[in-house]
Order: sequence, then structure tokens, then C-alpha cells
Amino acid sequence: MSDISEESVRHLAGLARIALTDAEVTALTAELSQIVDVVAQVTSAVDADTPATSHPIPLSNVYREDVVTDDVLTPEQALASAPEHDGSRFKVSAILGEEQ
Amino acid sequence: MSKAKLMDYDKALELFEPVLGFEVHVELSTETKMFSSAPNNFGAEPNTNVTPVCLGLPGSLPVVNEQAVRYSISLGLALDCDIAPSSSFARKNYFYPDLAKNYQISQFDEPIAINGNVEVELPNGRIFQIDIERAHMEEDAGKLTHVGGSTGRIQGAEYSLVDYNRAGVPLVEIVTRMIEGAEHDAPELAKAYVATIRDIVLALGISDAKMERGNLRCDANVSLRPRGSDKLGTRTETKNVNSLRSVERAVRYEIQRQAQILADGGTIIQETRHWHEDTGATSAGRPKSDADDYRYFPEPDLLPVVPSSELIAELKAALPEKPVERRRRLKAEWGFTDLEFQDIDNSGLLTEVAATVAAGASPQAARKWWTGEVARLANAADVDANTLVTPEQVAELAVLIEEGILTDRLARQVLESVIAGEGSPREVVEKQGLAVVSDDGALIEAIDKALSAQPDVLEKIREGKVQAAGAVIGAVMQGMQGKADAARVRELILERATAQ
Amino acid sequence: MSELIHHTAAELATALADGSASSVEITQAHLDRIAAVDTDVHAFLHVNAEVSLAAAAASDKRRAAGAALNALDGIPVAIKDVLVTTDMPSTAGSKILEGWVSPYDATPVTKLREAGLVPLGKTNMDEFAMGSSTEHSAYGPTRNPWDLDRIPGGSGGGSAAAVAAFEAPLALGSDTGGSIRQPAHVTGTVGIKPTYGGVSRYGAIALASSLDQIGPVTRNVLDAAMLHDIIAGHDRHDSTSLKHEWPSMAEAVRNANVKGLRIGVVSQLDGEGFQPGVLARFHEAIALLEANGAEIVELSLPSLEHAVAAYYLILPAEASSNLAKFDSVRFGLRVTPEGGGTVEQVMSATREAGFGAEVKRRIILGTYALSAGYYDAYYGSAQKVRTLVQRDFAAGFEKVDVIASPTAPTTAWKLGEQLDDPLEMWRGDLATIPANLAGIPGISLPAGLADEDGLPVGIQFLAPAREDARLYNVGGALEQLLVDKWGHTLLSQAPALKVGAR
Repeated sequence: MSDISEESVRHLAGLARIALTDAEVTALTAELSQIVDVVAQVTSAVDADTPATSHPIPLSNVYREDVVTDDVLTPEQALASAPEHDGSRFKVSAILGEEQ
Repeated sequence: MSKAKLMDYDKALELFEPVLGFEVHVELSTETKMFSSAPNNFGAEPNTNVTPVCLGLPGSLPVVNEQAVRYSISLGLALDCDIAPSSSFARKNYFYPDLAKNYQISQFDEPIAINGNVEVELPNGRIFQIDIERAHMEEDAGKLTHVGGSTGRIQGAEYSLVDYNRAGVPLVEIVTRMIEGAEHDAPELAKAYVATIRDIVLALGISDAKMERGNLRCDANVSLRPRGSDKLGTRTETKNVNSLRSVERAVRYEIQRQAQILADGGTIIQETRHWHEDTGATSAGRPKSDADDYRYFPEPDLLPVVPSSELIAELKAALPEKPVERRRRLKAEWGFTDLEFQDIDNSGLLTEVAATVAAGASPQAARKWWTGEVARLANAADVDANTLVTPEQVAELAVLIEEGILTDRLARQVLESVIAGEGSPREVVEKQGLAVVSDDGALIEAIDKALSAQPDVLEKIREGKVQAAGAVIGAVMQGMQGKADAARVRELILERATAQ
Repeated sequence: MSELIHHTAAELATALADGSASSVEITQAHLDRIAAVDTDVHAFLHVNAEVSLAAAAASDKRRAAGAALNALDGIPVAIKDVLVTTDMPSTAGSKILEGWVSPYDATPVTKLREAGLVPLGKTNMDEFAMGSSTEHSAYGPTRNPWDLDRIPGGSGGGSAAAVAAFEAPLALGSDTGGSIRQPAHVTGTVGIKPTYGGVSRYGAIALASSLDQIGPVTRNVLDAAMLHDIIAGHDRHDSTSLKHEWPSMAEAVRNANVKGLRIGVVSQLDGEGFQPGVLARFHEAIALLEANGAEIVELSLPSLEHAVAAYYLILPAEASSNLAKFDSVRFGLRVTPEGGGTVEQVMSATREAGFGAEVKRRIILGTYALSAGYYDAYYGSAQKVRTLVQRDFAAGFEKVDVIASPTAPTTAWKLGEQLDDPLEMWRGDLATIPANLAGIPGISLPAGLADEDGLPVGIQFLAPAREDARLYNVGGALEQLLVDKWGHTLLSQAPALKVGAR
């Protein structure tokens, strides 16, 4: 059985920055427990010697030349979809936490 | 912000052994960013150096800058690290408005360089081995400006503005292993270590390394171990200390602060602290907590970096000499005494002095100006000396003196104008008409004028009282607002006395 | 005019070439069809007739000047809303991106434009491609043209329904665990997930970066091949894009021949859990191929047992990170809590309001799978299962040229039927997910109608990485054999949609 509790769902929602309602927390706790019980089978399907695959097609050393391209946006393009800006920078409300 | 109670430094060292650790971030001076083809340059208008990648626009994808990889490998080699046969990128997930994707592409369990060490020479001649745990590649974040409130700081601000020009600038983070045994020298070691890293990246030509611009940033970990105990103390991490002077001061401060707390029976909180240049103190920041769950996982959009042995050999062959070796060589080349060289070490300006010599100044002149007048002005302004002038400017000044165009006194005046941004030394000399008067006619005219006021001087000189010339020289210099070459004036006066 | 919409893209290309139709006429015919039936089908989220007709007129001008860019120059194409476009909004089916217009085009869209194709509009999808029914679109479900009470599959139900309802001859989709192939299966159309890296992902709003792939959605295999030939190829904007000299897929279809082709039938994808009508059509198709010279080989891929579980750890984990950018700072929705709030509170309120239930469910699951203390057990193990799946396929492809299975266990279910049971819906991806885990290409094409409900059934073929052409070979051959056998295409059996429903 999984160890998903309402408290852990709230913690995860905090990490994911989603202000879940109480009803959502309750529903998700039940759903996640069920889902995790199913997906947890992967742990018994593999052993320590099995290598992990993070990329389906193995490639390496894929690089870009160090030159500026026409992908650069104009400031107008950059700010066009901003919910709020001051003409040159994006505007956000006060920040509570500090830089990491 | 009030200063915490601080224990006397010597007493703190009697009771505790300081244990250090450093994380230095180096911004690489590539043409473009780490993962996007936007320009990497400082000081552009906000949000002009951005592509969809820098803004984390939906659908955008990162592609690694090859030059940044080469620079990172060179740096790893210069730090005597092993270059990983295969290294990979990972996502560090956390929400912050300066982080466009709300994850930072970094390296986690497979950094590009591991297990290095760097020799650091302290001003007192002590040589210290600092072990490097790892150096890894990552991307910088954007820049936040906090508006409203009283301080311009994050606390109390009404809102913040975000400029993503810096977002994605290539960084290498160099992480040391725990440093023990620095003892009394801990603050000097901190400064010398960062200065050494700066010398290395400058010699490699991979970073502008301007601390005041954030090209080079140091997070200093400090903890204290009670004498006779083998248990490590709780450490604090002082963030983004942005000058060499501050690195030294911040470490000293943390040692004294922590010692006082421990002596008073308190406990050190594991936390981030911020250094304040203005007050010379650190303040508490974010405590480390469970919230620091960065959920690292391999970056699926990027492939592993697998440098060929040929590439590593090529970059190894191109490495500049090591800082300690370079110091030995320069000291010998310049013919400096231990004391003279220590002067430079204390100032942390070896690279500047060397660059000044390379730009045409004599070693003595370069040393004299950097550790003398420039250092004095920097101290007064509470900044690092290299932020005031460039080695090229100092060399030009020295050459102007050698050419007899400037006297030391005039040169100091020119230096201040250069710092004030009025142009290069030669431009200042021209603009202000400061050049020494080398036209004998003009000097003789001034001497005649001075002699007429002091008619007995020539007689005294002929009687052997050569020092009597001093009064005339003084008068001439005064009359010409210091623009006369004193040595030439003296020669002319003596000639006059013997001629009659 | 309405005649035009029933032609294949290849036929329309011929009409354009011989001057018997113009791009403007063809485009207008499809716009008319959209106007007539899309109120019911709801395949499209955005259509801009003016922009499309202008592109069509430009195409006609090029062709008149003898400067056609491609055989398909002037053919309309529908684009899944997951691909960003500069002249149409891109929402990925989410409220959080409502009205957002990208300042750049996705590379596959750029390639379409460079070949002269005419973008018709943006098609509906499950929000951020999370779903198998298109019911998770924030803008309402798309309906299956075969039965408007049924789902068109997902996440790319919009693209599949658009081609099935003759609203577009061609469409683009994205496939993370079957989002191109499963909709093809339930709508009687053709869908291809290319080899991972075969088509650029630049400009495809990412769901799970290591699984996502863009591909063609069409009514027949040749059209898919022609579209594939246009969108495939290396892109400097996508690090995972392959530098591979791709053979012509259209040629593979034209020269299709299954004589001597070794076809593997996977025991784990044949039998239990599959609807009888789905299995019946599958076995018939296999028998038909065998009768025409193919060699059928029984294969066992034991790791598939864990593929769905691995997939539902890897996908949410990557998605939880990919969707973090929707934070109300640079683009998209911003919701400020009553009385204001810190940026943290604004972000949380925005994401709460802007994401649908399935998206939140997967983000929370992915956050859990990556979080401290669980990574090794969940995400780490899932990545190892991925290795096992790859090894199974590698071993299988030692013995066979292509692998066959039913595309999905069931035919289209009724709208709302599986909304409450995510696990049940996820199980439906059993046959399609393995290809994404392994990065290999897959095709789904119509195999007939299920006896029990008369709804379309698809057959899937998989090939080794970079061997997409094998899919077009076997797909093209089977399609021809089936059409010959039936005497008509499957889609011609679809009930007529009520035209001008409103």
C-alpha cells in the first residue's frame, strides 16, 4: 500500500504550486493511492544491475555553434503575451521567498 | 540591520577551528548563452537578449553551446580535475520568477569535472591545497528588480520586475571539498582562493571575471568546530559575496558571529545568509528545509557530453601555467623582493599588475600604482581596485611618467580623472593640458622670475650650498601649477650658477 | 465543390497539377465542410478562413508561375493545437493558454509552410495531450464522426475527427503514448508516430519530452507518407532530432510488397483484455498478409507487462517539470487571489484555475515520483523498465521485420464512460505505449469494423528505430489488400454527418 496521505498531497501541491481545494485534496489522495499501488510494480520488475534509459535513441555531443541567430526576439515580441509589464520588463507581485 | 554580537577574532580562534567550503559561480564569456543562441552580453536593454528558449516559451527546446563545453572542460583541467568520460544535464525543479522554465538546467550526478585541486598561496607565503569536489555546467537565472518598499530589497517590496537577459548565461559552478586547517588564515584563504579562481579563468580567457558584475560569485560555507571535538559544527552559507574584500570580511564576520553564539550557549541554524557590503554584516536568509526538494532528473531534451580524448588533449595542451607557478615566474622576472611581491598578494591584484606590465609599464611602476594610489582610492570607495581602472590605463599612465610627460603628482590627478570616466590618461592629459612643460625656454623664464625674488640663491649654490636650489624649484613648480619637471628645473638652476 | 473533400491528398495534388482544381477551391471546400459539420464534431478550436484562403491564393499564384514548392503545395492541413503557430492561437487544449499566440512557428509547421501547404486551423485535443478521449480538452470534447455520442480517441481526437469527417485531407498530431495511433484506430483513419527524433519537437508544447513525437494523421497511407516526407528531417533547434538520411516514405508506399516480410505477432497483445471484434479484424488482417506472402512469427515481449506502469511514472514526472513554465509571469493566464497576494500565491491560484483535473492529477503524481526518497523506487525503476522494453524489442526485431498488434483493446467508447476511472483509461494505452518507451515508429491503419458495434478497428505495426519506411511498406500493402477485399475504403462506410446541423 502506498503512503499517500492528504498531508503529502498538500505538500506535493505546494511543490507544484497548485492551490488545490480541500475537495481536490481528498479526491486526489484516494486516486493517487490507487494509482501508486499499480505503478509501484516497476520496483519489482527490475534489479540493481539494470541500467536506466533516459533517452529512447542514444545520441551524444549534440552541440550548437556559438553564434547569435535570428531566433532572438524583439522586446515587443518578448513582452507581447505578458499578463503585466512595465514596457521593458515582466511585472510580478511581491515575492515572498528568497532566491535559491 | 543591526550587527550581531561578535567575538574577538583571536579569541574565536582559540576556542574554535573554522571549517570552510566554497561554491564559486563563473559566468563564461561566450558569444551566446548556454542553451540558446541569444547574445551573452552585459548591460543590454532589458529583455533584448532573449529567444523563445530564454523565456521558456511553450515548445522551445535547449541546445548546448559547444564553446561553453570547451570552456568548462578547460576550467576543469586547470583545476586538475578528471574530466568525466560522460556527463549529463539534469533539471533542478523549483519555482521562482527569475527562472523562466521554473527549472534550472544544471548537472547533478554526472558533472563534467570531478576530483581536482588548486594550490593557493597566502600573502604570508603559506601554500594551501584546496580540494575541488566538482565543477559543473549550468545556466544563470534572470535578474529581478524589487520596486517599492524602503530598501529596494525583496522584503517589503510592492512588486518585482523581471529581465531575462541574464537567463541562460553559461555558468560553471566550482564546489570545494571541506577545507580544514586554515586556522587563523581562514579569511585570507577565502580571499586568496577566490582570487586564484579569478586568475585561472582570466588566464584561460573564459570569463570576464568581474565580481561587481556578477561574472564571478562566491558562496562561502563556514562552520566552527570546538577545539578538542571531532564533531563538525552546523554551517551557514553566505551568498553572492561580490568582491574579494567582501569574501575575506564575510568569512571573518561569520567566524566571529558563530563563535559568539556558541560561546553564549546558542546553536547555529543551518541557513543561507546574505552579506551586506554597506554594514559589513551578514543577515539571516532562508533556512534549509524539506521544501528544498529539487526533484532532479535527467534532462530529456539534452544528450550526454562525451568529450573525446583528442579534445581533452587539445585543451590540456593549451592550458596556461598554474597560478602558483606563474607567481614564481613573475616574481623572478620582475626581480621583486619578497616584501614587494607580498604587497601585490595582499592586494589580490597580481593579474592586474601582470596585465599592466604586459601593456608596457615597468614592473615597479605597475606594482607601485596598483598597490599604492589605485588601492587607496578603491579602499576609500569600498570597491575592488580592478573595478576602477584597467591595466591598459595604468600602463599608459606609467608610460606617460617615463616619457617625462607627467610627474607623479600630475599622474595622480590624471588617474582620478580617468576613474571619473573622463577618458584614457592621454586623453585626460590633452583635455586638461596637464603635460609637464619640457620646453627649456619656458622653464628658464620661470626660473628667472623666481631668482629675481631670491637673488642670493645663485651665490649660495656657488658656495656649495646646493640645497638652496630647493626654494627656487618650489617657486617654479608653484608658478607652473606643478607642470614642470622638477629634475630638469634643478639641472637648469645648477647650470645657471656654474655658468656665471 | 463538395466532391473535392472526398479526395485523398494525393488525388488533390494531381488535380492541382493538371489544373482541374485550385488551392483556393480546395481550401474553400474544406472551410465549407468545417462550417457545415464542425458544430457537431468540434474537431477545430480555431479556424481563420481569411488567413487560409490567402495562403491558398499564394499557392495558386506559385503554381501558375510554375514554381510549386512541393506536390502537396496548396493542400490544406489541420494542425493539432499542441504545435505553436504565429498566425493562430496555440492553447494545447488548456485554459491556461487561452488566446496565446506564439512569436515563432513550430518546426513541423514551418516545414509545411515551406512546402506550400495551407494551414486550415488548430485541432482539439485533451489538455496538454493528457488523455485518450479528447474529453479532457478545456474547450469541450470532440465527437467521433462515426457516432457523435462516442469519443474520437485522444489526445489527438481533433485531428483524427477532422480527417475522418472530411474537414481536412491531412492533419498533424503528436504521440506520447498513442495520441496519434489510438484516435486513428477509433475513427477509421491512419496515424503514424515516427521514430523518436525523426520529426522535430521544436514548437510542440511538451508533454513528456522523451516520449513525444509529431506525426501525420490522414485517411490513407500514401497521404501520410507524403506528409511524413515533408515534416521529417534534422532541426538544429531540437537536440534529439536525428541527422538521418530518410528514404522517401511515399516511395515505400508506391512500391509496397509484403512478400517475404517477417511479421511478429505479440502474445502479450493478443487475447485477454481485447474486445472480440478488435481481435477478429486483427487476425483477419494477419491472415490476409500471410496469404500474400508474409511470414508470421509468434513473439513474446514479457516486459510489456510493466510498460504501462513505467509509462505512467515517466510521463507524469517529465510533465510535472515541463508544465512548470505555466506560471502567469511571461504568457498565459494570470489569476490573482482576492485581495492580491504574493507571486507565489498568484502562481498557485493561476495553476489551480488554469489546469484541468487530469493535468493536476498527473502533475501531482509526477511530483511524487521525482520527490526525495521516492525517485529511485519510482522514476528510477521506470527508467529501468524502459531498458527492458528496449531489449525486448531489440531481441524481437532480430527475428522479424515488423511487429503487429491491435492498436487498442476496444472500439470507441461513449463520451463520459471512462471519465471517472483514470486507471481504466490508461490501460487502453497498453499496445501503443511500448513504442514511445522504446523510441520506435508505429502506424495504425483501419482493419475493419467490429462485429459487435460496427465501429472502426485499427491494426498497429511497429518497426525498429529509423525504419519508418517499413511501416509504410506493410501499411500501404495491407491497405490495398483490404480495400480490394472490401471493394471500398473503410471511411466510405461511415454514416453521413448531418450537414448544417445549426
